[in-house]
Amino acid sequence: MIGIEILKGRCTSCGLCLSECPFGAIIMDGDVVAITDACTLCGACQEGCPSKAILFERKTVSREDVSEYKGILVYAEQSRKVTYELLGEARRLADKLGCNVSAVLIGKDLQGEAQELISFGADVVFAADNPSLALFNDEIHAHILTELIRQHKPEIVLIGATIYGRSIAPRVSARLDTGLTADCTLLDIEDGTGVLLQTRPAFGGNLMATIVCRERRPQMATVRPGILKPLPVDVARQGTVVFMEVKFPKSVRTKVVDVFLVALGDVNLGEAEVVVAVGKGIGSQDNMSLAEDLAKVLGGVVGASRAVVDAGWIEYSRQIGQTGKTVAPKLYIACGLSGAVQHTAGMVNAETIVAINKDPDAPIFKIAHVGIVGDVRHVLPEITKLIKEKKA
Amino acid sequence: MNIVVCVKQVPATTEVRIDPETNTLIREGLESIINPYDTHALEEALRIKKRLGGTVTVLSMGIPSVREMLKDILALGVDQAVLLTDRRFAGACTLATSYALASGVRKIGNFDLVICGKQATDGDTAQVGPGLAEKLNVPHVTYVQKVEEIEHGYIKCNRVTDDGSETVELTLPAVITVVKGINTPRLPSIGGIRKALKDEVMVWDVDDVGVDENLVGIKGSATWVIKTFVPHYSTECTMLTGSIQAQARALWDELIERRGAL
Ligand SMILES: Cc1cc2nc3c(=O)[nH]c(=O)nc-3n(C[C@H](O)[C@H](O)[C@H](O)COP(=O)(O)OP(=O)(O)OC[C@H]3O[C@@H](n4cnc5c(N)ncnc54)[C@H](O)[C@@H]3O)c2cc1C
Ligand SMILES: Nc1ncnc2c1ncn2[C@@H]1O[C@H](COP(=O)(O)O)[C@@H](O)[C@H]1O
Repeated sequence: MIGIEILKGRCTSCGLCLSECPFGAIIMDGDVVAITDACTLCGACQEGCPSKAILFERKTVSREDVSEYKGILVYAEQSRKVTYELLGEARRLADKLGCNVSAVLIGKDLQGEAQELISFGADVVFAADNPSLALFNDEIHAHILTELIRQHKPEIVLIGATIYGRSIAPRVSARLDTGLTADCTLLDIEDGTGVLLQTRPAFGGNLMATIVCRERRPQMATVRPGILKPLPVDVARQGTVVFMEVKFPKSVRTKVVDVFLVALGDVNLGEAEVVVAVGKGIGSQDNMSLAEDLAKVLGGVVGASRAVVDAGWIEYSRQIGQTGKTVAPKLYIACGLSGAVQHTAGMVNAETIVAINKDPDAPIFKIAHVGIVGDVRHVLPEITKLIKEKKA
Repeated sequence: MNIVVCVKQVPATTEVRIDPETNTLIREGLESIINPYDTHALEEALRIKKRLGGTVTVLSMGIPSVREMLKDILALGVDQAVLLTDRRFAGACTLATSYALASGVRKIGNFDLVICGKQATDGDTAQVGPGLAEKLNVPHVTYVQKVEEIEHGYIKCNRVTDDGSETVELTLPAVITVVKGINTPRLPSIGGIRKALKDEVMVWDVDDVGVDENLVGIKGSATWVIKTFVPHYSTECTMLTGSIQAQARALWDELIERRGAL
């Protein structure tokens, strides 16, 4: 059998691995543990075996000398908060590894922004500054990033899990034949090996998985926006800005012909300091204004659960959670929202969580700091009224 | 226009629940479904075929029982279905998956467009579409919400971005990945079901597609899982009691005085 093996001498037929398997691929054949064809070799069972009887056959030869690779490179998407979060995290990891943090910035008129990346933690900024780079282009960005990696050989490359980041990262990793872990929420360095430990939600946030890329370099990860913390800005920080000679790919087959920005004044949910999140418990589309009123007096933005988006009460861009946006505001107020894991995956990092729900056993109270048991349709107007008075 | 649609079989994720007592996955009712995003990929392919002619081929990599899912898809009016199945394909990370699917697309041959779902709901990685494009050496665009124009050698799409949307032109062949908003998938027709009874799913293994077995499956994977755990979030929740007015006042005090959250 390829890939997975049960070590007969070690297996005690305890059966614990049966319930570890997300695919039900492990069965008891009489009193012998057997792996069926449903196995996807995901590895979930290995940890759960107390006798260490589950073995995965992995390639052990190194493809190349991994020690040649040094330092951390951040793909700095222009004017995005996640870039600063990545730099803060890169700094933390670099201090553990004893290496440099560099950033690559692609666009036009970059001097000011390059300097800013230094004050947020970069030692070196590679700027690809060219008037023709004003708009994001998958092919060109992937090309510039790949060439920079080939030249400078960073051991780790971090990219924001934004729409653009998720588009170019797999392209670059496939070109370099290296690993890429999507949507990480936690990064760390493994003791002893210095390998990047990349943790991300799996199965809709029900499980967390820690993933490694041991034998290939660089180790690449996209990181969910709004989760990691930027460093406090330090304008006195020293660093170097290198303006690169921009080399374009031989043929560019992709062309951006039109860009449509959402209406001005629509604050980015992912970057808001206060989020008023609406759940199905609000009852109807008409009641949405109760949440909007509160958001207005708090200077915040309205977000929603998927149930509310599915009901058509608000647009998808306001959805928070595993399949929506991740937010980490200072204040998060959940209004008639049950707190399913798929939702909380997108907001557990909020500083203060307030929950209003009529059901005292709603799961949201398990992660909330302040709870109100009550009818959200009556509680919300009262809070809005009081805050208005206090602020006046 | 010859189109290949990549479809993945995924567990119906709503069914994946954790037993809070034992911290293990509850497997009962672990049904398998077609990745919901891929139904939109399929629908878009069928619509383009209706306008421009050509063929639609579905391609999936998975365990042998995925054949049943592909038979159901044949009933929607696709021309052929291919299943890559082999123990040597199993355990693939997205890199090895992209490579295996690329070898499948090459063997199908003569393609103009590959359509994938935005992401698969089991891993939510969204990496296979762009990775596949790279391995096929063709351009790609992700998060497509509208195919605006398509003709021989050319496609114009509108894709969602973090700030709104943008319109992108690509030369064909190319790979696009689609979001749910692009269309409403059709249901199979009686005629389609009847016809599909006769159609067979083509089943290919590593040797059939002629790839290096060291580049696919677990051997070709660059990343692997070393640990899984159930996330725990524990906080002390201060419950506010009394009349609504008292609760509102207590909330203000909590936020202003105790937490400095406003
Ligand atoms: C693969 C997958 C991905 C998903 N991704 C997401 C995601 O990204 N984001 C997301 O949010 N969900 C997601 N979900 C859905 C998620 O599982 C939940 O179904 C959803 O979050 C529930 O939304 P809700 O809390 O608004 O509704 P419900 O679960 O219906 O909860 C309503 C709550 O309101 C309370 N309530 C009712 N009336 C009142 C009242 N008058 N006053 C006060 N309280 C009241 C009820 O007690 C209840 O707790 C996903 C699901 C799957 C399977
Ligand atoms: N095993 C597979 N077989 C066929 N298509 C796949 C497979 N894995 C991923 N895909 C395609 O790639 C898309 C993105 O998947 P993922 O990168 O896993 O989130 C899916 O919507 C499918 O179109």
